[in-house]
Amino acid sequence: MHPATLSKLQNSATSSEAAARSAPFEKVEYPVAINLLRDTGIVLDQQHFTWRELVQTPYCKLTDDAFTRVRVILMNGIESEALRFGHACARMNGPLQGALAQVRRVEQHQQTLVNWLNPADQNPLETTIGFEQVAIEVTASVAEKEPDAYLAQVYRFGLLEDFDHLYRYSALMDRIFGKDANTLVQSYSDIVPGRPTAVEHRHPLDDLRRIYHRRRADPLTKLHAYTLMAGEHQTHDYYMTIGPMFADPVARQLYAEIASIEEQHVTQYESIIDPNETWLEKWLLHEANEVYNYWSCLESETNPRIRAIWERFLEYELGHVRFVAELFEETERRDAAEVLPARLPEPIRYESHREFVRETLRRELRLSAAGTKFVDRDEESTMTRAYRDQMNAEGSPSETVAAGYVWHPGGELSDPATRLDRSGRKGRRRAA
Amino acid sequence: MTQHRDGELINRTGVGAAPELAEQMIAGPGEFPPSSEGSAQALAEVRVTYAQQTEIFEGAKAAAGDGASQSALIEPGRSVLLMDKLGERLAFEHAGARLYEALVSKHRAYGDFAGGPGAEDLMQILGEEYEHAAMLEHAIAELGGDPTALTPSANLATNVSAGLPQVLTDPRTNLLQCLEAIVVAELADNECWTVLNALAREAGHEELAATCQQAIAHERDHLRKVRRWIAAGHGRSAEGENRSQSPDTSERDATEEEFTFSKDSPVDREGYVISDEEARETGATQSRATQSGATQSGSEPQARKGKRSKG
Repeated sequence: MHPATLSKLQNSATSSEAAARSAPFEKVEYPVAINLLRDTGIVLDQQHFTWRELVQTPYCKLTDDAFTRVRVILMNGIESEALRFGHACARMNGPLQGALAQVRRVEQHQQTLVNWLNPADQNPLETTIGFEQVAIEVTASVAEKEPDAYLAQVYRFGLLEDFDHLYRYSALMDRIFGKDANTLVQSYSDIVPGRPTAVEHRHPLDDLRRIYHRRRADPLTKLHAYTLMAGEHQTHDYYMTIGPMFADPVARQLYAEIASIEEQHVTQYESIIDPNETWLEKWLLHEANEVYNYWSCLESETNPRIRAIWERFLEYELGHVRFVAELFEETERRDAAEVLPARLPEPIRYESHREFVRETLRRELRLSAAGTKFVDRDEESTMTRAYRDQMNAEGSPSETVAAGYVWHPGGELSDPATRLDRSGRKGRRRAA
Repeated sequence: MTQHRDGELINRTGVGAAPELAEQMIAGPGEFPPSSEGSAQALAEVRVTYAQQTEIFEGAKAAAGDGASQSALIEPGRSVLLMDKLGERLAFEHAGARLYEALVSKHRAYGDFAGGPGAEDLMQILGEEYEHAAMLEHAIAELGGDPTALTPSANLATNVSAGLPQVLTDPRTNLLQCLEAIVVAELADNECWTVLNALAREAGHEELAATCQQAIAHERDHLRKVRRWIAAGHGRSAEGENRSQSPDTSERDATEEEFTFSKDSPVDREGYVISDEEARETGATQSRATQSGATQSGSEPQARKGKRSKG
């Protein structure tokens, strides 16, 4: 536990909000480098909430930085994964059920508090734009820093696909609602086609990748894999929830199509994690990853009120690491240091990765996968081609929605060439 | 038990659809009372508490029209409220253009109905929505603002009207149902262009005000037409007269609906028509015809939409 933050963290969230508001934000380094093996954080039985605390003032869609939204969306995904894993683990490990239930209850409340920071004036499609910006900028940060060359390729591969989703959803937002998605991405991320969603559909066996080795992999590699698996899984679940809320058939189709790609991405990212990790080892890594992510958020957050939340939950997660590490050492009779690094690696960079993304786009647009290998699209498996042809046999929603779409500041309609003329025809005709 | 009657679909939403089940439903609360005392007012108390305790952060100030939070959007010294409302209209016109594009699709799918719009009627309105948006972009830029920024009022307006595209783009709704949705947008358009006109005039932007007047004339025309099409779809005239009237007669009648007023109607300071009773209470003496600056020659319609008169 860091003494510098202890007193603040013991206050209620409302008090923390007030404290944060009273002083203008100054970016400060966390007082002492985090030590995953020694820091105790806030112990589990002192982690409390009230309903009022869970439902706090959301961030502001108009005035908060886009990366605040990005962090909130990702951390909701991280906590969602904590619950998902915790339940799966409980179903397979009777003796751990009590311990899992205790930690999971707190994490469920953490997820609630974080997810409820999304404002009500941000509709599901606008939040979708936020999800795709997460997938672009967080994946780009991960891809740039990943020490394993093969896995860096895996991340760049996924990046170009999610990058395309932002473009497709932006076209949808513009063409149904007359809204410019850049009001959300705030010019940090390009709104142009990536690897076209229509060609992202692959046979399930071509979505599997090689695993990292649990004993030899760099700790950062594990954190990256756990982070992106969590983010993509939540993205899939979100699209599956909100897709049917749209009336427009193209919107419903587009969500169906992109949710299918997110399922592919979850398949890809979970396949890189060594399945030989024990259940407790995985649990410990999940908790360490939550520390890493809250710390990354803390390092970059510009909204002081939300920064106080990251700070509080960082301490909660350190408490979870301690709790699970003791359980791990007691149960498996080995040192937590075999699994966890003492020091955290560099944080995720919440910033625009425009040049990295563009360069990847230039070099790797035509990449596909055959089995665990990355190949040119010409070398795809017959299984993937057959599957894709089948899915696209009655048309491609992602191509339809963005037919000739060129992002324009203020929205497509600001460009006179895109308006319907009196005969009902569009001026623009542009092939991708 | 609910069941199909002679193979026809029945609406299952009311208690009348399943009287026996409904009887059991009604008996339930008698045996199992509420766990807490009070009324729906309890929700109001929480809302008030949140409103009072919630941090007044930058966005809330922006939504309330606070000038400081708008500084990034416009140059100092400009009318913040005017810029906010220009942004609102622009967002609404862009959204409105997409609504009419959807309506054109709906027309293609369902075709004409007697007295309803033709494709060219809808295209004309759509073209005017495009023109309004282009004019607003130009006006915002001229005043030193950023036409691509989402202003607080724009954000609010798009949330207020969020249900409209859901109706317009739903393949299950027909042309008439969509017209009933779009009349909501047209009513808002008429109201908000009037406000924008007043703000522009107060700020001394006469050229902008004149353009607003032109847009108001368009929007009145849109509203009149949409009302007439809906009336035709219902099998009535805009004033409840029978549908056998000639188109010319319908058009004239539509301009004299109860929601419009004569030149002699009293108005308040903002130019809204008010009732005689309200005029006596507020001491307003102006009529529409005498209100200075409110009329642009050649562009003012016969009657002005406003508060419904009881007089």
